[in-house]
Amino acid sequence: MNDSAPDAGWFSGVDASDLESAAAAVRDGSSEVSRDWPALAVESGFTADRESYYDALKEATTAAARSAIESRERADDRQLVHAIRAMDDCERTANELAERLAEWAGTVDPDAGTGLEYARELASEDREAVAGEPAIRSLAERVADLGDEADDLREFVERRAPTVAPNLSALAGPILAARLVSLAGGLESLAKKPSGTIQVLGAEDALFAHLRGHAPSPKHGIIYVHDAVRGTHPDHRGSAARALAGKLAIAARVDHYSGERKPELEAELAERIETIQARTSDADIGNGDDDGEPAVDGDRDDENGGTNE
Amino acid sequence: MTVNRLSTAIGTTRTEARMSNGLLPTGVQRRTIDGTERLATRGEPVYGEPTDGEWRAWAPDRSKLGAMFELEMETGLEGGETVLYLGAASGTTVSHVADFAGPTYAVEFAPRPARDLLETAASRPRLFPLLADARKPETYAHVVESDVDAIVQDVATRGQARVALENRQFLADDGRLLLAVKARSEDVTREPSDVFEEVCTDLEEGYEIFERCRLDAYHDDHLGVVARPR
Repeated sequence: MNDSAPDAGWFSGVDASDLESAAAAVRDGSSEVSRDWPALAVESGFTADRESYYDALKEATTAAARSAIESRERADDRQLVHAIRAMDDCERTANELAERLAEWAGTVDPDAGTGLEYARELASEDREAVAGEPAIRSLAERVADLGDEADDLREFVERRAPTVAPNLSALAGPILAARLVSLAGGLESLAKKPSGTIQVLGAEDALFAHLRGHAPSPKHGIIYVHDAVRGTHPDHRGSAARALAGKLAIAARVDHYSGERKPELEAELAERIETIQARTSDADIGNGDDDGEPAVDGDRDDENGGTNE
Repeated sequence: MTVNRLSTAIGTTRTEARMSNGLLPTGVQRRTIDGTERLATRGEPVYGEPTDGEWRAWAPDRSKLGAMFELEMETGLEGGETVLYLGAASGTTVSHVADFAGPTYAVEFAPRPARDLLETAASRPRLFPLLADARKPETYAHVVESDVDAIVQDVATRGQARVALENRQFLADDGRLLLAVKARSEDVTREPSDVFEEVCTDLEEGYEIFERCRLDAYHDDHLGVVARPR
């Protein structure tokens, strides 16, 4: 490869008949400057003439692009779904065990704390009080390990989500993006869901209670954790959730069908949420739910806001 | 669309005049396909575009370079050039470029569209697909030859002027930069004309701008720019 010479062409040190190493050189090489590679290749005897150089280049770039695409795309949504579910399981179990541990250790340690933090303390330092109880210490280590595992999985999701769903991750943050993909059962099925469904993903209990006719319709599901919803006055959270879900639906579709980054989505969402949040201050002054939305939209807001909070 | 209608109405005499004054590169023609006069190149169909024998229509509303030709910008392309294409996406435009140009290097960063690009490139022996980031020319400078005749740039990222400046090293001194600036990629909230002004000012650090033209007839909030390295 080109590690030795920082400004050598992809073909330097490559045998023209060895497609695999040629493709690797195209894929992994680099150069500070570009040169007249076709001429240099012929000069160095890599190929006999310009035309056969281009033939070799065609083969090498095609093979390089194919393998690079394959490995980039293997960062697929299934990995993400498993990781986020495992992360939740680890967190839940660690917390549950930490509670049990705190209760037990409390019987021998007068300064016993609570939660995962206390478990980590017990596991990392020698505490006089529990020194005679290796079983407690051992459980504490197990709990701390589980907590570490959950942290590692979170990091994994934060790294992986932006490659699987770049726009969705940019809009929702990697963790929420992964949760949405997980709840929908994959990026493709998320991309095929209407935004109204995305809005209530994770609120299935409330939704079915509503459909059975004895509850108001839920305004938001898991997207509640997004700042756009949580940061909005309760009266307008329905609108905010609807606006957010709309953008998330678009982002999921772009991610699944094209994969290109669309940074404008973030700005559009920010603008829309700002408008919605501005209503709160308007409402303080007078009777203002008016940002030029169509009447139907406004009516639905009132209905949601009035019945379900 | 108005431009398209206009040229259809005026008819063949105008077509011949255009071809003879060399605005379109050799290998790009205005042909009547499905009853309308359209730009066309010769090659394997790529995206379900209408064809007429071996000619396939080049839709200006799907291709910014197509729109630049349709709006009669002077691209300086004559056919047979060596081209570096930045932001090839799934290969809609770059397939037409490869049809009339010489060796064509197609850079695309997103793997999903690049997969389609590979298919497009399969039937075009001088179209070289590169999965790379146009903002990092050092990652493909060992493959792309120097002194290319034209850079076509259509990248939907912030800092489009910077991308053009960083890739200037590949361009021959008398080469052409054919740039489609997407205002919404720079800043959605600002007035497109302000964004264009700023991009062009930045661009002038390394390029001399010959012509600029809004592509709104085919692409909302896009500006076509023809420039030469300074």
